[in-house]
Amino acid sequence: MFEYAPAPESRSVVDIKPSYGLFIDGEFVDPTDGGTFKSVNPASEEVLAEVAEGGAGDVDRAVRAARAAYEKVWGPMPGRDRAKYLFRIARIIQERSRELAVLESLDNGKPIKESRDVDVPLVAAHFFYYAGWADKLPYAGFGPDPKPLGVAAQVIPWNFPLLMLAWKIAPALAAGNTVVLKPAETTPLTALLFAEICQQADLPAGVVNIVTGAGDTGRALVEHPGVDKVAFTGSTEVGKAIARAVAGTRKKVTLELGGKAANIVFDDAPVDQAVEGIVNGIFFNQGHVCCAGSRLLIQESVADRVLESLKRRMAQLRVGDPLDKNTDIGAINSAAQLARIKELSDAGSAEGAERWSPPCELPDRGFWFAPTIFTGVTQAHRIAREEIFGPVLSVLTFRTPAEAVEKANNTPYGLSAGIWTDKGSRILWMADRLRAGVVWANTFNKFDPTSPFGGYKESGYGREGGRHGLEGYLNV
Amino acid sequence: MSERVAVRKTYKLFIGGKFPRSESGRSYIVQDANVALSSRKDARDAVVAARAAVKGWAGATAYNRGQILYRVAEMLEGRREQFAALGVPGDEVDAAIDRWVWYAGWSDKLPQVYGGANPVAGPYFNLSAPEPTGVVAVVAPESPALLGLVSVIAPAIVTGNTVVAAASPSAPLAAVTLAEVLATSDLPGGVVNILTGRLAETVPTLASHMDVNAIDLTGVADADLAADLEVKAAENLKRVLRPAPADHDWSADPGITRMTTLLETKTVWHPKGV
Repeated sequence: MFEYAPAPESRSVVDIKPSYGLFIDGEFVDPTDGGTFKSVNPASEEVLAEVAEGGAGDVDRAVRAARAAYEKVWGPMPGRDRAKYLFRIARIIQERSRELAVLESLDNGKPIKESRDVDVPLVAAHFFYYAGWADKLPYAGFGPDPKPLGVAAQVIPWNFPLLMLAWKIAPALAAGNTVVLKPAETTPLTALLFAEICQQADLPAGVVNIVTGAGDTGRALVEHPGVDKVAFTGSTEVGKAIARAVAGTRKKVTLELGGKAANIVFDDAPVDQAVEGIVNGIFFNQGHVCCAGSRLLIQESVADRVLESLKRRMAQLRVGDPLDKNTDIGAINSAAQLARIKELSDAGSAEGAERWSPPCELPDRGFWFAPTIFTGVTQAHRIAREEIFGPVLSVLTFRTPAEAVEKANNTPYGLSAGIWTDKGSRILWMADRLRAGVVWANTFNKFDPTSPFGGYKESGYGREGGRHGLEGYLNV
Repeated sequence: MSERVAVRKTYKLFIGGKFPRSESGRSYIVQDANVALSSRKDARDAVVAARAAVKGWAGATAYNRGQILYRVAEMLEGRREQFAALGVPGDEVDAAIDRWVWYAGWSDKLPQVYGGANPVAGPYFNLSAPEPTGVVAVVAPESPALLGLVSVIAPAIVTGNTVVAAASPSAPLAAVTLAEVLATSDLPGGVVNILTGRLAETVPTLASHMDVNAIDLTGVADADLAADLEVKAAENLKRVLRPAPADHDWSADPGITRMTTLLETKTVWHPKGV
């Protein structure tokens, strides 16, 4: 392995305050009936800031502020003016991209090269894309004069904190809704910086409200009778609880939940490219990706070759300081997530699969897990059925395309899938049969604001991104 | 103390990202300024520049084109007073800026509205997507000088076409100032080229030019000239946008026909099977 000199990104570009309030009605305010919690850098366990925990009363205040802004300002505003605010936000995100990237890596643990080159550019692009829809809604295919819903309650996860915020807020605002967003409790800081960006853009007060907190705060928000729309990204378990909670109401719901994607490699696939795709599919963002290619299905005749190449490639992965520009795999986001990854990995060994990790030195402090693959996995193993949400790959084999389809679809999830083959007709044949919302062929983990994203089955419903992403925020 | 003597601006053509004088060495006096009087050769030079820019501009991502068009709106906003000094009403400048913003957003949305999957009766993947037609000649309306010009240039370039525009002969200064905006907005040279002068001199050359793919006759008020130009355009089957009615409301929602007329639709078939 090559020796690299450390290349740490400076954190001086970010000014983290010792404590943060809730962002309600255009201002940072103290919680009235909540408490506080600490956000930690998962790479060092250093406390980054103390953050307000919104109680039910705070959620109520935020929903009322959003309602007032919807009725008095944002709802009646012409689309072309809403567009201009969204363009402003997009521009400020571009201007402050370094700051956002460093803060995201500090709070989340993801490598700086990823937050800098993937997350933040996609965030800006998302706001740009939906800004352009704000004044074109009659052209979006939902009728001549589609109307917004009102107040959107949005709850987002910790794996792509700012990107998930963009996926939620940009289409909601473009369509004319106002929002109350609850970031994940382990990664609230970029959402709070985004609140400052809203102030900088002179976005009218109450259009965007950020209420930080944990599960109880999220539940109070989702169940608040004053919200018209619930958008959630997170676990299937919580998604089901939300679906039950909104039953019998008029709330429109979109859910983007877990996944257990099959990444299918045929014998005619170019091995080196496929291996890059496998690595990207499962080790990108420490495997904290709902659409991660966590089940590798290799055609039996090339399994040994692919695995040999995969192991060689995995030995080159650099695990460590998220702020180092050479780092490929950063820190696991929290102690709780690390415990879950360890528990499932231990179950993999106990159930008889063969575990392998490259020699890999992990830092002493912080939450870390070496990139890991399991071979000899059967479809009955927990590591083939349950979402691990970490850098752990389960390898299975198949003989025929029909068997690949059968195994790929043998999961309650249906978010994404990957196909690696030189044959175009086979890609399309497979794509027709895979019960998954996104199918990547000879690539993986590609995202674009114009491209709809979302799952089949228990991976949720509704689509985010693209023209389709407007539908969840329009009264159609 | 003597009063400061102002430095006056020379109003020139905009071809290939540069500001040349007319190769004919001629100018005409309009709006209290000498303005370049384009020749047929200037028109041909502009087509060459526009053609050279097609590959890069049509090949840019829709996101990139959208960003650049939005940048144009930002630059326009910064020049509102300059347009006001040329006699363009404030409302018109506002509308022109908003129109750039509106079109900027179309770059990555038109293919989603105007293209899509076709459910053919067989085991085939079948997808239609729009592509730019190439070089578009546009005749800007006599008035409104700025909003009219913006309303014919933006829909042509947002999808990846390049343009040779004939500016309003009686109010060309807004067009030359717009060229200065475009030149400072990251728009690649040659994507928009602007000719000033007499329409009768340059537009027939553009209409009969075999390397022009489409012509927008919006600003041709003379019905006979318009018909003659359409006949010339038929030689290589240019796509034609016919003249706007005299009472056309430039502030209304323009719809998408201006964009779609200047597009080709490409449909790709691919078999499905193991």
